Amino acid sequence: MNRTKFIAYRLLGALIVLFIVAAACFAIFYLMPSNPAQYSCGKPCSPDRLAEVERYLGVDQAWWKQLFDFLGGIVVGRDFGSGAAAIHCDAPCFGYSFRLRDSVTTLILSRLPVTISLTLGAAVLWAIGGIVSGLIAALKRGTATDSVVMGAAITGISAPTYLLGLLGILLFGFTLNVLPIGGYVPLTENPAMWAFHLILPWIVLAIANGAIYARLTRGQMLEVMSQDYIRTARAKGLSEPIVIGKHGLRNLVLPLTTLFAIDIGGLLGGAVITEKVFGLGGVGTLLLEAVSNLDIQVIVGVTLFAAAIVIIANLLADLSYSVLDPRIGARR
Amino acid sequence: MPAVSQGPAERAPAERTRRDSVWTRLRRSRAAMTGLVLVVVFILLALLAPVFSALTGNSPFAYNPDLLGPDTAPAGPLGGISAQHWFGVEPRTGRDLFAIVSYGAQVSLLIGLAATVVSIVVGVIVGLVAGFYGGFADRLLSRLTDVIFGFPFLIFAIALSATVPASVPRTLLLILVIGFFGWPSIARVVRSETLSLKERGFVRAAAAQGTGSVRIIVREIFPNILATIIVFTTVSIPGKIGAEAALSFLGVGVNPPTPSWGRSISDAISWVQVDPMYLIFPGMALFLVTLGFNMFGDGLRDALDPAEARSESAAAADPMSAGGQP
Repeated sequence: MNRTKFIAYRLLGALIVLFIVAAACFAIFYLMPSNPAQYSCGKPCSPDRLAEVERYLGVDQAWWKQLFDFLGGIVVGRDFGSGAAAIHCDAPCFGYSFRLRDSVTTLILSRLPVTISLTLGAAVLWAIGGIVSGLIAALKRGTATDSVVMGAAITGISAPTYLLGLLGILLFGFTLNVLPIGGYVPLTENPAMWAFHLILPWIVLAIANGAIYARLTRGQMLEVMSQDYIRTARAKGLSEPIVIGKHGLRNLVLPLTTLFAIDIGGLLGGAVITEKVFGLGGVGTLLLEAVSNLDIQVIVGVTLFAAAIVIIANLLADLSYSVLDPRIGARR
Repeated sequence: MPAVSQGPAERAPAERTRRDSVWTRLRRSRAAMTGLVLVVVFILLALLAPVFSALTGNSPFAYNPDLLGPDTAPAGPLGGISAQHWFGVEPRTGRDLFAIVSYGAQVSLLIGLAATVVSIVVGVIVGLVAGFYGGFADRLLSRLTDVIFGFPFLIFAIALSATVPASVPRTLLLILVIGFFGWPSIARVVRSETLSLKERGFVRAAAAQGTGSVRIIVREIFPNILATIIVFTTVSIPGKIGAEAALSFLGVGVNPPTPSWGRSISDAISWVQVDPMYLIFPGMALFLVTLGFNMFGDGLRDALDPAEARSESAAAADPMSAGGQP
């Protein structure tokens, strides 16, 4: 019963945050001095045509009506224009690109497989690599192994992904000529080529992010292992693997789950930098293309989509707490 | 009165020995000292950029087409390195790469440091208010902190810099945007420290004497969280520098011809095979200054509070956003 209430609270909270973020996006991007119709008008833009576009987009309306249309579009879909020229945009409508003649939702969905492939593959690598190396460093605290792992971690954190990516392309692509320098092959088309093209981006993303996990894991593990109950467990005569596995590792689950959920959520909204470096046409590239074409509906749509994914990821992390840690649901 | 007036007098000598021991511990850490040296080198590079420019006669804006080969790549080995052009020249334009990197250091450090100040000021105020007053203010601010913390910073910054009118100065826009999204992590830490300090004897004593709440915050609580703020400031800087470079890399940072490491690295993509040095110099500059601040920040945290350092070491690893590198 309490857990149901906890979940309901969190769901409601996430919905409110989602609403606030959508309203904020609307306010920032559509109510600013720059006229969104100007961007959609094309060149040359005569005053007559501008007025027509304004009417078509609905930006000649009062701001509250625009906000209502904008939010309504997300929930039930909306129509742009009227009569024969009307364009229907299905729910959830994050906007409509008049340049690409497609709804932003469709555009995002068409790019999403690339971003998902990139993110999930890298996430598996960095979670395993980061946590294992962090554990090793913690258990061998103060030794040369510890120094090497932590040295590698601070290097990984300090090196920007695009620098790692470009150096990787230079080394493995151009000099050694063993890996492709970019591009994407759909998984459904050729799984081997899919992985072959993604291996370098995966590794680059995994180094940059895994370093953070290694540091977090080591820090948390050292903290936990200095607690009294660990000493008690050892004094009871439990073997070291059981002390570490059952009493130590368990405490890492919560902080790592949160970080993992947020990181994956953040990347699914567009792994902008890695996609650009490796020429992967994912959601991040969609955003960059929209920026260079000033396709404002796409810009706003992708921003909202990315925010929504992060909020949902946060919600899932919160909900997984009540499963992982029974105390959380019960206390409320 | 006696309880409070004794406070600072009692603490003063302890404060001094503590500062001495902090410096001793810092000096003993080779990593922290390496980091400090790197940071100082880059600050000098930024400050002395005009001096170097005057000495060598190279400006970051002057084109030198005569130094380029027929394919517009720099003539000569290693990107055209010479006694006159220490880092070689830029492909296609022949501009001096050392001048670009040193003036780029000015842009990078200016935006990085100013954005850090913005987020530390906002974060400390939010944290102090939420922690000290509690209740509705705390709930509202904590919720806001959660929202900003989980916001896809990079996506939003890209969208914003594409739509903000050109009349807004880019540098200012970048400082504000990067600074604004950086405050939640410091706000959380300051809030939790304020919460525990609020219950301590000397704060309750001050409150019992009828000291105003603003005065308690400024005189009693703030000095006790100063060490945390200093550590946080140091570990926040590399993330901010990286954010500027990332935005410039993506083409939505500082406008050309103002030099920026991020933009140089982005331009280097199409030259990476012909002229890798064009990637190496700006790339290494960005990497080394980030590494320097990270190493110094880690050392400073260990020196200021060795016990706490372990548990927090990772939490502040990436202060720019909740997520890792995209």
